[in-house]
Amino acid sequence: MLFWTIIKSAFQSLWANKLRSILAMLGIIIGVGAVIAMVAMGSGAQAQITARFTAMGTNLLFVRPAQRGTGGVISGTQQNLMVDDAKAIATLPEVTAVSPVVNGAVQAKYMNRNNRTQVNGVSMPYFEMRNFELTKGRFFTDIEAEGMARVAILGPNVANTLFSGEEPIGATIKLNNINFKVIGVIKSKGDQGWSNPDDQALIPYSTAMKILFGQTYLREIDITVGDTSKMAALSGQPANANGFGPPPMAGRGGTLHTVAPPANSVTSLLRKRHRLNDLSTPDDFQVQNMAELLANVSASVMTFRLLLGGIAAISLLVGGIGIMNIMLVTVTERTREIGTRKAIGAKGRDIMMQFLIEAMVMSALGGAIGAAWGVGLAKGIVLIPIFKDFATLVEPWVVIGSILVSGLVGIFSGLYPAYRASQLDPIEALRYE
Amino acid sequence: MLSAINLYKTYVLGENIVHALDGVSLEIEEGEMVAIRGPSGSGKSTLMNILGCLDRPTSGRYVLAGEDVSSMSNNALAEVRNRKIGFVFQTFNLLPRMSAAENVELPLLYGGAASSRKKALEALEVVGLADRSHHLPNQLSGGQKQRVAIARAIVTDPAIILADEPTGALDTKTGEDILEEFKTLNRTGRTVILVTHDLKVAAHCPREIYLRDGKITLSEERVIALSAGN
Repeated sequence: MLFWTIIKSAFQSLWANKLRSILAMLGIIIGVGAVIAMVAMGSGAQAQITARFTAMGTNLLFVRPAQRGTGGVISGTQQNLMVDDAKAIATLPEVTAVSPVVNGAVQAKYMNRNNRTQVNGVSMPYFEMRNFELTKGRFFTDIEAEGMARVAILGPNVANTLFSGEEPIGATIKLNNINFKVIGVIKSKGDQGWSNPDDQALIPYSTAMKILFGQTYLREIDITVGDTSKMAALSGQPANANGFGPPPMAGRGGTLHTVAPPANSVTSLLRKRHRLNDLSTPDDFQVQNMAELLANVSASVMTFRLLLGGIAAISLLVGGIGIMNIMLVTVTERTREIGTRKAIGAKGRDIMMQFLIEAMVMSALGGAIGAAWGVGLAKGIVLIPIFKDFATLVEPWVVIGSILVSGLVGIFSGLYPAYRASQLDPIEALRYE
Repeated sequence: MLSAINLYKTYVLGENIVHALDGVSLEIEEGEMVAIRGPSGSGKSTLMNILGCLDRPTSGRYVLAGEDVSSMSNNALAEVRNRKIGFVFQTFNLLPRMSAAENVELPLLYGGAASSRKKALEALEVVGLADRSHHLPNQLSGGQKQRVAIARAIVTDPAIILADEPTGALDTKTGEDILEEFKTLNRTGRTVILVTHDLKVAAHCPREIYLRDGKITLSEERVIALSAGN
């Protein structure tokens, strides 16, 4: 039977029963559309993360405490980085700047308004490292950073919530009931998804540690390196295939060294300061560069995308069941017609092919419609004010792949109904009312 | 054209054995117009299904246009129906979403024939409906639908036309027109078999085979004046 005649006939059938066809396709339309929109957001987030991380510069190193346990088994985070560690690192050759970092959540209050906010305790170099710009006021000085000054620089969201139009500079706010003077407001960077830099307050690290949070240990030490070609040597971590440093996902425990790390490296310095003299003892810290951090965050995004894939599979399954249902009804309805076709010479496989193709057309069409609205949503969502910072990236292969997979779903869900149709006895079928 | 030798068709219904056909033998020559008549339960539908290759006899032989089709496979029977048999049904059985031409064309498409649209239009020409080739069945009257069905039946140039109560759903006048159509086809050399319970319909055929309880009780030739009125 001519292929195109069947395709045309399939579209005729769909068109003749518009409401029923749309209801049957609805599962696939919604599923494919939602998946495409979500995947676009995932891809956009991925691209945005990569761009932002890369913009931050390739000359940064990050020291964090290692998590306890090795070989992929994590049993807890250690606390072992001290301010003096940071000061010692600052004396290494090739290190141009160092910022200790601590953080915590606080209740920020001004007058009768308040806001739950992240506070990062840092020193001066941090602002340049993370590309912060001011819209008002100034950054704090080294003296203020060391001297437990109660000054704060606000992210734009916090400033708006607390001051909404009033002048923040010079005002006194309370962070966990301790008074801080606002000395600056930073420019908006947009919600990153996993963290929102607009919703933070930046204060001197000494203040954060001793006055606000009572912490003795640092969360991390950020380091600016003068000559990027000397990064590996400065880091002191062993090389791996991608560059240097241990593979990002390998348990995030400290590195177990096989040879002594180079002298004058961050690793050897910290090992000495932390009294890790025996080479068989792993590091109790991690030294990572930008690429590794990016890989870590990308790994979480990848998990998210895999989750999306799982949801996609389920929604397509549901859509396929919808198609199968409708095809079974259609076959029953057209029993007489099938009998007639067989009487004039159609073989079982002709009938089977016909209904398989009808199911495939229905689901591929559903996939195409779903792709259309999914792409529309992905591209149009930035027009809604709340979502204006959402990055979305529509990749053509996702769209094409979705339509193809929909077609495949159609074949599978049409198999049983088509088989039933092909097995109908023509005499019985012709008698059917 | 066809010969049926000792056809039996038996069903087992629970504890009963039903002999739908109880030893039926007949021969029909090329160019004949035969009525197969009988009351309900006489086995005429069963006989029609076997003659039309929709079913196989439990025992006996059936030879159609030189081919023994008694024990062919389903696919082979489908091919025989496609090439050698043209069905006309009481309820027309046209496909509702296809035009007249597309309906008539269908057997040719299943048979893999070429220039199917052209042949379909020629067949519609024969029944006088070439100008309605693009109409859908719901735009046609009962008589017109049956004519389209007849066009579909002749489009593959089959050995026999098998019509099952072809006038049953039509009014008297239209019924007469359709029977005329069959007679015209027969005059051009086609073998026509009408299956009916209606005496008046059977009267149009020169030969009648009468079935009762699965057996042929009568098979007679009548002399019919082939004038315009009949």
